[in-house]
Amino acid sequence: MSEPILKIENLHKWFPVRRTIIQLLKGEHVWVKAVDGITFKINQGEIFGLVGESGCGKTTTGKLLMKLLEPTGGKIIFKGKDVTHLEESKIKKYRRNVQMVFQDPYASMNPRFRAWDVLEEPLIIHQVGETRAEREKIIRFSLKEVRLIPPEEFMERFPHMLSGGQRQRVATARTLVLSPSMIVADEPVSMIDLSTRAEILHMMKTVQRELGLTYLYITHDLSTARYFTDRIAVMYLGKIVELGGADEVIDNTLHPYTKALIAAVCEPIPGKSNTIKEIPIKGEIPSATNIPPGCRFHPRCLYAKPQCQEEEPTLIEVEEGHYVSCHL
Amino acid sequence: MADTNNILKVEKLKINFLTRKGKVYAVDDISFSLKKGETIGLVGESGCGKTTTVLGLMKMVPTPGEIISGRILIDGKDIIPLSENEMREKVRWVKISMVFQGAMNCLTPVYTIGKQMMETIQEHKEMAYSQAKKKMINYLNLVGLPEDIIRRYPHELSGGMKQRVVIATALFLEPDMVICDEPTTALDVVVQAQIINLIKRLKKKLGLSVIFITHDLATEAEVADRLLVMYAGKLVEVGKNEQVYGKGGPIHPYTEKLLKATPRLHEKVEELSFIPGTPPDLVDPPSGCRFHPRCSEVMERCKKDEPPLIKVEPEHWIACWRSYHE
Repeated sequence: MSEPILKIENLHKWFPVRRTIIQLLKGEHVWVKAVDGITFKINQGEIFGLVGESGCGKTTTGKLLMKLLEPTGGKIIFKGKDVTHLEESKIKKYRRNVQMVFQDPYASMNPRFRAWDVLEEPLIIHQVGETRAEREKIIRFSLKEVRLIPPEEFMERFPHMLSGGQRQRVATARTLVLSPSMIVADEPVSMIDLSTRAEILHMMKTVQRELGLTYLYITHDLSTARYFTDRIAVMYLGKIVELGGADEVIDNTLHPYTKALIAAVCEPIPGKSNTIKEIPIKGEIPSATNIPPGCRFHPRCLYAKPQCQEEEPTLIEVEEGHYVSCHL
Repeated sequence: MADTNNILKVEKLKINFLTRKGKVYAVDDISFSLKKGETIGLVGESGCGKTTTVLGLMKMVPTPGEIISGRILIDGKDIIPLSENEMREKVRWVKISMVFQGAMNCLTPVYTIGKQMMETIQEHKEMAYSQAKKKMINYLNLVGLPEDIIRRYPHELSGGMKQRVVIATALFLEPDMVICDEPTTALDVVVQAQIINLIKRLKKKLGLSVIFITHDLATEAEVADRLLVMYAGKLVEVGKNEQVYGKGGPIHPYTEKLLKATPRLHEKVEELSFIPGTPPDLVDPPSGCRFHPRCSEVMERCKKDEPPLIKVEPEHWIACWRSYHE
């Protein structure tokens, strides 16, 4: 394995919540602990998947990496440099290296911009390409890279003239114009039709191989994660509960939460229309303001022991490269 | 098919939308039937006419859409000639009800759950308040919600709970059929599985017939007894769950491709296949078979003639020239 491009150490993001007058007088603080101490490394040229239910903090993690949010604690180390707290000017430089693809291709583009404007804007902001001709070269290259061929035709189109899949290609092209080394993709295919979903993932994978990029792929869908990623981290309420190779995590699951997630995935196998599937989990995800003591999963876990209610488990390496945070 | 236990029968339904660009043939000549206690799955890409078809069943196609021809028989009676008032009194929510796409956003944020559900009852039936309330609690318990929910507002509930409320509301007037339009798409996997289980349980308990719409073949495998695959306003394959997902597999190239594009959890695939191109513009649908520009097994005939829906084995129908022998 090559050098890690990104190292995250004990990263926290707590959002303050408006306090009641009594809490104010008592000096109590109330926090939503969206990300509560996560540590992981992403290697150069790797596709790293972050999986979890909504509200588990996966998008917040993505935003922290993009420096769209200021972390409450912990460290982000990118290419050996500490980027946890950066000044405005340096953030801009950092973002040339780390780019993001958003979830909703319908909302992430200005409807009055042609694809050309969408792609040119980052170049102007970052002062890449002196002349229009130079910028055009870059734009053509990235459009070709995402398989929008011929580029001339797509450059002139407005977002409403593109299908969802094509928009997501433009969004990917927009990240490529700055030739970043890492891309944060926040549920890039969850809004797209199934038939195009595979096509977009395929395109993203090809681009990644051709340009040697690193991806952080954020998703709630384990089946695409398995196909797309090299390693998976499963998050629950702001913590990583299991981390390992994609095949390892899915075929040799250790944490009860991951097991429940896997059991819940639908698969195209015949003859199940009359059976009710057991999902080994209770209730719904609790609020992040009021995190249960001990293991945060214990109220929903079917195998919880008394120990789970008191002690918080730590992420330990069970097999090589496969970490789990559970007392069992 | 002259089954008497068909509670719904659709014959040659056509729905057009008149737009500035021309007529859009959103639903073109669709026939199917639904038996008592059966779940049928309607699958297809977005824009293929799934939602329009079921809106047609309730006669709720938004303008400029219009039902051009065809018959919709509910318990043997055609509902197309019925007036709006008759529809409300006799059909909607009494015979068929619907769980809408993005149902969680269907609830008004300013009313309590109880008030919104009560509204449904009062629109359709005369019932004493206390009796209605009792019934409401009954149905809320049935979908696994506590009783105190009637005093709560939608923002206090999670996505899964809101979806349960919407399902309870749909069942309220004891319809025979429920249409679920992508009820699980916006939900998390675990909640998704819980809602699917709920629908299955209710179906068994109440003997409901369900039309389940989704674009995800994997979800459909879990719920549907029979599958209708739609492409560009037409049915391309109709078959039983075992026929489509089983060993024989789907026969129509479109269903086959769609199934191959579905990622599976327990199989490591190096490359997922996908369907090249995009669904056609329905103002000017392609000649012959509507799928032919994207089909990998296209023949000369596909470009000229439109394939009819033909029976290949009992209860398995395909619209493809490849399976047409004679």
